[in-house]
Amino acid sequence: MTTTVLPHVTYLNVSTTLASWLLTKDHKRIGILYLIVVTIAFVIGSVFATGVRIELTTPEGDFVSADTYNRLFTMHGVIMVFFVLVPIVPAVLGNFAMPLMIGAKDVAFPKLNLLSWYVFVIGFVFTLAAMVVGGVDTGWTFYTPYSSNASNSNVLAMGLGLFIAGFSSILTGLNFMVTIHRMRAPGMTWFRLPLFVWALYATALVQILATPVIAITLLMLVVERAFGFGIFDPRLGGDPVLFQHLFWFYSHPAVYIMILPPMGAISEVITCFSRKNMFGYSFVAFSSLAIAAFGFLVWAHHLFVAGISPYSAMVFSFLSFAVAIPSAVKTFNWTATLYRGAIWWQVPMMFACGFLGLFLVGGLTGLFLASLGLNIHLHDTYFVVAHFHYIMVGGAIMGYMAGLHYWWPKITGRMYSRGLATFAAVLVFVGFNLTFFPQFILGYLGMPRRYHVYPEEFQVLNVLSSAGASILAVGYFLTFAYFMYSLWKGEEAGANPWLATGLEWTLESPPPPDNFAETPVVSEGAYQYSKREIKVA
Amino acid sequence: MPDGLAAHADHGHAHHPALQHHFQTLDQQHEAATLGMWVFLVTEVMFFGGLLMAYLLYRVWYPDAWAEGSLDLDAVLGGFNTVVLIASSLTMALAVRSAQTGARRATVGWLLATMALGLTFIGVKVIEYAEKFHVNHVPGANFVYEGPHAQQVEIFFSLYFALTGLHALHMVVGVFLLSVVCWMAWRGRFSPQWYTPVEISGLYWHFVDIVWIFLFPLLYLVDRAGHFA
Repeated sequence: MTTTVLPHVTYLNVSTTLASWLLTKDHKRIGILYLIVVTIAFVIGSVFATGVRIELTTPEGDFVSADTYNRLFTMHGVIMVFFVLVPIVPAVLGNFAMPLMIGAKDVAFPKLNLLSWYVFVIGFVFTLAAMVVGGVDTGWTFYTPYSSNASNSNVLAMGLGLFIAGFSSILTGLNFMVTIHRMRAPGMTWFRLPLFVWALYATALVQILATPVIAITLLMLVVERAFGFGIFDPRLGGDPVLFQHLFWFYSHPAVYIMILPPMGAISEVITCFSRKNMFGYSFVAFSSLAIAAFGFLVWAHHLFVAGISPYSAMVFSFLSFAVAIPSAVKTFNWTATLYRGAIWWQVPMMFACGFLGLFLVGGLTGLFLASLGLNIHLHDTYFVVAHFHYIMVGGAIMGYMAGLHYWWPKITGRMYSRGLATFAAVLVFVGFNLTFFPQFILGYLGMPRRYHVYPEEFQVLNVLSSAGASILAVGYFLTFAYFMYSLWKGEEAGANPWLATGLEWTLESPPPPDNFAETPVVSEGAYQYSKREIKVA
Repeated sequence: MPDGLAAHADHGHAHHPALQHHFQTLDQQHEAATLGMWVFLVTEVMFFGGLLMAYLLYRVWYPDAWAEGSLDLDAVLGGFNTVVLIASSLTMALAVRSAQTGARRATVGWLLATMALGLTFIGVKVIEYAEKFHVNHVPGANFVYEGPHAQQVEIFFSLYFALTGLHALHMVVGVFLLSVVCWMAWRGRFSPQWYTPVEISGLYWHFVDIVWIFLFPLLYLVDRAGHFA
């Protein structure tokens, strides 16, 4: 196969200097810039996870000391939550695809969009610097007083890094919200919007309303450590549980910042590869908003054993169960869309089906944890670790993989190897389950999280988990390899390799710099698949 | 579509120098900028909200310390600053009005007046802070306080400095913002067709004023009438 030169002017070849990338205001290029940084962050976070899994293959603490272990899992959590999961779908895929999907030339504030990326990078560099000079040992939750007076690690620098990175998320949310309100093409009414756009809108709501609260909380923590203000420190009359409330007021909704955009990508993929309109489009659209709204009312379910009143615990338990309703609405509607669809077994669809199964397990085990009695048994055990990895990796990262495989031909104009990608999808699915399913059992049997030693009877399950993690790593590495290979050697994808209906597929691949030469006029809903000729390859 | 393009597609402002390439019309651009500023102000409300939550909790826990700490603040200077900020909101509104009617010199004048009032506020704040340093009421490094609630009063002052410091920082940003807008107005960049920067920096300025309208009674007037003791 020879490398072919793409004939038309695209956003990639319009200019190729480094400055043209670092000063770009094109939403598509900014998406690529995010893709690069987030991928680097993912690799760093994975290295820390590898350290954790190596330590836990034996019951003794023989690979790293307890103190180093504390730093490993803290930095794994910080990197993966704030620099991978939060930006991975909105800032990478959202930036690239959303303006195309609504028929806009760019986001509403292109300069602000670039600024968000720089703010993100500055926050990332701050955080990495805190890690290089010794790291942080408080856990990614920074609970006081671990973080205020019991830690001699670099909480100050890392707190500032996350404070800065938070503004990147706020500005992206603001930009997307205004873009979706004001930049839609004529005829692109709210109920003709692709569901990915609805999901990004719900995400923007959470980013705008929740992220400022973590920003001010981290700022209070930094001020407390730096100047000795007594806000959370009980020695100074402060209340450490107030920190937990403020922290989870952001960090629980943040879970929906991480999962809603991948859910939107799943809606795009499932309709396209079932060749069907979304079953219950408006229910799926509104369930995104419902998840965003309910998400603000459940934060104290992280505090069930922190001494909150039993009455508020009951209310928060009930509300946590209520979040399951819109999540189940989505899952049922995706399944109903598959039913009697013309299933086209392409790579994005494989990841999407993986998402459905793993998200289901993650969601249902969340109900175990929302039950007050069971929560006391399972609190701070590996059951919790397994639950949120099923949501965050099995849900969010699988959804990202589905979306990235779906839009990759549009982003690059090239097709990846279908055979290798199928193999990678299987590896990721098998490796993931082998890594995290044993952790449910470990947690149920009573293995606590955040310890570097454990009783010998837990070793078999821990070895299984570490073995699964290595398979997962091979799967991710393979994905990276064939994506890179496709950049140089991939077949040209053409404008619409999936015969999909969105406006982004009406453009050449890769799209021209200004997207639409003529603003499109929209006259039908997002997923008119049943009306089109089905040509299943 | 319900808002934006369709309604304004034929207004014909397409060649206005301020129109950015990714917008169809100046109206669309103006609506996007205004909505963006409103959304930003929502994030600011949540930002201050976290601190006010801490304020609320500790005020309920330590009402006596709150009353004592509040009496240590200078309500006359705080009241003066409140009047200054309300006056600056008026001059800001007049600046927006002047920009709308295309009165260039009046726009510049009212913006300068607003900045002068803002700087007056910051100056008074500096005097108040200096006084707190002088009497050792700075929590953390330099806090000396006699009385049964010394520790809780220190929390009051922590929140006083956090809230007013954050507010003062917003004032400094506001003055800087207005100086840029003022320079643009001086250069004749605004017209009745396009005065968006004046309007959205006005929105920001009014917001910062409103924050102070809340902070003043919450911090200075806790127990002036003796209801809490």
